[in-house]
Amino acid sequence: MQESTLVKPVTEPTPPLAIEMRNICKAWPGVVASDNVNLAVRKGEIHALVGENGAGKSTLMNILYGMIRPDSGEILIDGRPVHITGPRTAIRLGIGMVHQHFMLIPPLTVAENIVLGREPGGLRAPFNFRQARTDIMALSKQYGLPIEPDTRIERLSVGLQQRVEILKVLYRGADILIMDEPTGVLTPQETFELFSVLRGLVAQGKTIIFITHKLREVLELTDNITVLRRGKNVGTLITRETNQTAIARMMVGREVLLRVNKTESKPGPVVLHVENLHALDDRGLEVLHGVSLDVHAGEILGIAGVVGNGQTELVEVLSGMRKSTAGKITITPAGAGRVSKASNITAMDAREVRLAGMSHIPEDRRGSGLVLAESIEDNTILGRQRSYQFSWRGFVLLLTHITSWAKRLVGEFDIRTPSIAVPARALSGGNQQKIIIAREFASDPVTLIAAQPTRGVDIGAIEFIHRRLIEQRDAGKAVLLVSAELEEIRSLSDRIAVMYEGKIVDIVRPEATEEQLGVLMTGGTLTV
Amino acid sequence: MFLQVFFRVITSTDLWSATLQFGALLLLPALGGVISERSGVVNIAMEGMTLTGAYAGVMTALATHSVIGGIIGAMIAGGLMALVHAIVSINFKANQVVSGIAINIAALGLTDYLLPIQTGGQGIPALGQALRIPAIALGPLANIPFLGPVLFQQNIIFYVAIVVLFGMQFLLFRTNIGLRIRAVGEQPQAADTAGVNVRLVRYLCVISSGLLSGLAGAFLSLGIAGIFNTNMTAGVGFIALAAMIFGKYNPLGTAGACLIFGLGEALSPRLQDTGISPNLLSTLPYILTLVALVGLVGRTTAPAADGIPYEPGTE
Repeated sequence: MQESTLVKPVTEPTPPLAIEMRNICKAWPGVVASDNVNLAVRKGEIHALVGENGAGKSTLMNILYGMIRPDSGEILIDGRPVHITGPRTAIRLGIGMVHQHFMLIPPLTVAENIVLGREPGGLRAPFNFRQARTDIMALSKQYGLPIEPDTRIERLSVGLQQRVEILKVLYRGADILIMDEPTGVLTPQETFELFSVLRGLVAQGKTIIFITHKLREVLELTDNITVLRRGKNVGTLITRETNQTAIARMMVGREVLLRVNKTESKPGPVVLHVENLHALDDRGLEVLHGVSLDVHAGEILGIAGVVGNGQTELVEVLSGMRKSTAGKITITPAGAGRVSKASNITAMDAREVRLAGMSHIPEDRRGSGLVLAESIEDNTILGRQRSYQFSWRGFVLLLTHITSWAKRLVGEFDIRTPSIAVPARALSGGNQQKIIIAREFASDPVTLIAAQPTRGVDIGAIEFIHRRLIEQRDAGKAVLLVSAELEEIRSLSDRIAVMYEGKIVDIVRPEATEEQLGVLMTGGTLTV
Repeated sequence: MFLQVFFRVITSTDLWSATLQFGALLLLPALGGVISERSGVVNIAMEGMTLTGAYAGVMTALATHSVIGGIIGAMIAGGLMALVHAIVSINFKANQVVSGIAINIAALGLTDYLLPIQTGGQGIPALGQALRIPAIALGPLANIPFLGPVLFQQNIIFYVAIVVLFGMQFLLFRTNIGLRIRAVGEQPQAADTAGVNVRLVRYLCVISSGLLSGLAGAFLSLGIAGIFNTNMTAGVGFIALAAMIFGKYNPLGTAGACLIFGLGEALSPRLQDTGISPNLLSTLPYILTLVALVGLVGRTTAPAADGIPYEPGTE
């Protein structure tokens, strides 16, 4: 720190520290989440906190916000030592946190959510709708965050819900905002808006800690970067003096390939054919209005779109988890230069679709991809337990076969686990995802649907998953990739289909810019 | 023949007065259930808490020679049972259904065990008028034909229950405290990060459910029956539970459900002249409960975090 005061010009005095965390330690049985971590954040800066999953970012911030008590260590706010015993103390000290999973109550209104815990008139008063509304409108105007106070949270888009979270924090008079992976659920446009909101907040004197694993955003938005790895602070960088590769190396502890290396695709015949597909969503409203697409052998077709435009339902229909109301889906196995007979899978259930040669990496890893309470071993045969490979006449499980199978996959797919007998729940998100990928790839499918394959997994695992997807493509599989990460879609896909309001609105080359895709994703058209 | 009896019963003030009385007896523990579950703690222990209240009410009334003492004793006993449930479910994060069942069984065993010991094996004598909670006539209103005897000559606790009903409706949906209770029941993490003390709110709500159930116990033993018998609640707490769900965890809806179940309970002894088996008739309230749950309500949604212990710092 003395060093930096020396190099800075005299006309630009270093602002004082808003937060200082010294020698923070926190261990759980078997895991050291924070190992003597130091963190210093200056007043009025946007400070990035980066690291892989499990590096201890959230633990450190939950300690700062009082959700977790550290085993030892010291916290100073504005230079004064403080003892944070819970969120209430943190709020009083001017610390606010926007959590990755929003802390909102869906059936309550925007106003109720914002004032909760600090209601106008004090605890014993009747709820004062008018006062709450006035206060919120004032805040909304001051910081340029328009919102409708009487709407229920469940009716808002994700971007607006995040706005409510920010307003909630500001309503509590926070000077320090902790943003935990705020862009993970946002569209490019929403991210852009969020960044300008955050810059505006800093201009009004707020300090922001920005937790993320997206390095591009770090470079675009922040002033300084603290990198955590395995619970340790491995260094603090000045943003304008560093680059993505350097940060990634510090995060992972080795060189990381950020670009996907792939050769030009050699597409074969059409394998997965979808024609005029219609389907309803959970509320019974039509959400797919005639989707048609073809995926060829040996190509990755990416589907880009703002979350909630029917991608989830499309994947569910294709994989047999949801019934279509009209349309047709066929799979034509293609291999070794010959074309086999097409099988119509439209009316099949999930098991039959699998038998027809489709593998599926579901979007909801914890809900439909794995049985979290069951062992890794059992999870590696999930959905194939009836096959004669794993059971005697589809009835009695062949346990020794299953064990050796699971051991093989754990080795082949680098699943980091103490044993194959531990429940899937015990693994990190990245390793959980590897179980699914191992299971789905190992069944040698004809076609493969990967929905959000890298959601919530860290850089190292992303690199691994991307490489495996390309391998599948090169092996001649027809791969359909659905992802909310435009970056991922653009770097992996051979063609990109843009989905908007339940239809494929355009199919473009992967060289399309993020801006062009953004226009298509929000219902615009490209004028060429 | 049947229709004649039925018509006579349906038009009698006696039937409707009994319906309201029984409805109020159900309403108190049902409202207790509402506030507990709204805060996210499943409470099926109203039966046990009411029974304990009924017993403690009689014993303290006899010991203090005061009906007020009896009521206070009943509420404290119900509150203590609820405190046990709160500690087990909030601090020790045990399964709340199991805890509730345990309390119901324990209450039955405990009152059975204590009754002969505390009365020297004599059983409790019928209480004198001085130790009973009286019915009161509300001035000139009590003289209105039909409505007077039905609505305005009820037991004091009936009126208390009505006040609690509207009070709770206001508290839950029109006050800051109510906002916090609902928030804690829906999303405790969200409430905690907003600075609401989740444990405190849940403790207070569970204990309130015990106080209300205890009061219902006093109403039963000191008001309606004037005596304590083994297992005298006979399922009141469970019907209250059904009324709470039928009422969609809303005080007013719950009160409506209590009226329907109260009617069933009041009808069954009065229809015996029709020649239908009394055993069959006594199943009427429970059949009504099933019909109500299946047909009329459809899907009821419990608060999202109902029954899930809160672990700070988890996501």
